[in-house]
Amino acid sequence: MRTDDLIKALDADAGSKAMPLQSAWWMAAGAAAVIAAVVFLLTIGPRPDFMAAAHTMRFLSKFVFTIVLAVSAFALIRDLSTPGASTRRAMAWMAAAPVLVAVAAVLELFMVPEALWGTRMVGSNMMICMTFIPLIGIGPLAIFLWMLRYGAPTRPVLAGAVAGLLAGGLSATFYAAHCFDDSPLFVATWYTIAIAVLALLGALGGRFFVRW
Amino acid sequence: MSGKNEAELSRLMRAAIAGDERAYADFLHRIAALVRGFVRRKIVQGGVDPEDVVQETLLAIHVKRHTWRQDAPVLPWIYAIARFKLIDAFRRRGRRIEIDIDDIAETFAEPETETVSERDINRALDGLSPAQRSVVSAVSVEGRSIGETAARFGISETAVRVSLHRGLAAIAKRFGRE
Repeated sequence: MRTDDLIKALDADAGSKAMPLQSAWWMAAGAAAVIAAVVFLLTIGPRPDFMAAAHTMRFLSKFVFTIVLAVSAFALIRDLSTPGASTRRAMAWMAAAPVLVAVAAVLELFMVPEALWGTRMVGSNMMICMTFIPLIGIGPLAIFLWMLRYGAPTRPVLAGAVAGLLAGGLSATFYAAHCFDDSPLFVATWYTIAIAVLALLGALGGRFFVRW
Repeated sequence: MSGKNEAELSRLMRAAIAGDERAYADFLHRIAALVRGFVRRKIVQGGVDPEDVVQETLLAIHVKRHTWRQDAPVLPWIYAIARFKLIDAFRRRGRRIEIDIDDIAETFAEPETETVSERDINRALDGLSPAQRSVVSAVSVEGRSIGETAARFGISETAVRVSLHRGLAAIAKRFGRE
């Protein structure tokens, strides 16, 4: 087939419409949040003393970390799924959540006696954390990988990993409402591992599933 | 020159998205020439037919046109897709290539030349369902309109449009999967 002939076919198909990618991302984010919320509420749900805990700095700081991660990953994945879009600024913002966690962890080390560091880090919930962050995040991750297929990521593996970080940030935001371990030391260790699992799954999905 | 090109192409693309078919045809012809110039400069050794990459890029641009932000420049978007498809073509043939994005500024538009080689797109076309294949061939190779194609196969224009759209999407998907 000559290229001019191909152009005739493409032109004849000019009327076919698809939702703009940027709007589709917002819908996907909404759907993913709903799925994560449903899974969360049907399984573990918020901790009973949620209202009381909401007055403590440590409890609230968890949401700052996870929401900052989710928001920065959302901005980056939208750029990564758009060919030719500059990703430099969004990439730099990805450092925000890790930096916040690191700062909080260092503060915690100053505020808590050394004898308690181990207990704070190991916490009481690490297996639940490592199970439920990936579990709540797997549905959102599937949606985000599907969105990457709908988009056109020129770096699919990286985009897939960021899809995992986005799913992880979203999932951890819900999980944080359940978890009794509020120490930044716990968050820096177990949340990171659980979210890294989702990022790894996302990278694999990007490698094998996101083709265009 | 490049700035003028950018403004004109963005305008055509916006008109095309708004439903102006003539603008879209104009846009695609210009893009084909630009991408051809880009790809030919990049393929110095044999192994990859530049025109195959041009066609794969055009198809990708078509099926992914919803990824362009209308307030963003269109040329970086086009070259990012062309570059991705070029690397993909080399990858499929087991070669590695490094492409410098800055080179796009020096690209010149080039016309298509006749070749006798079998096109990748023909093989992809063979993979379609018979109905999709005959509709895509009628509209492209035979140059028939949607109406003429509908009359010829005794189906509705809507059915022709659906087959054409699905056929093109299937070809694009096949290129991505290989």
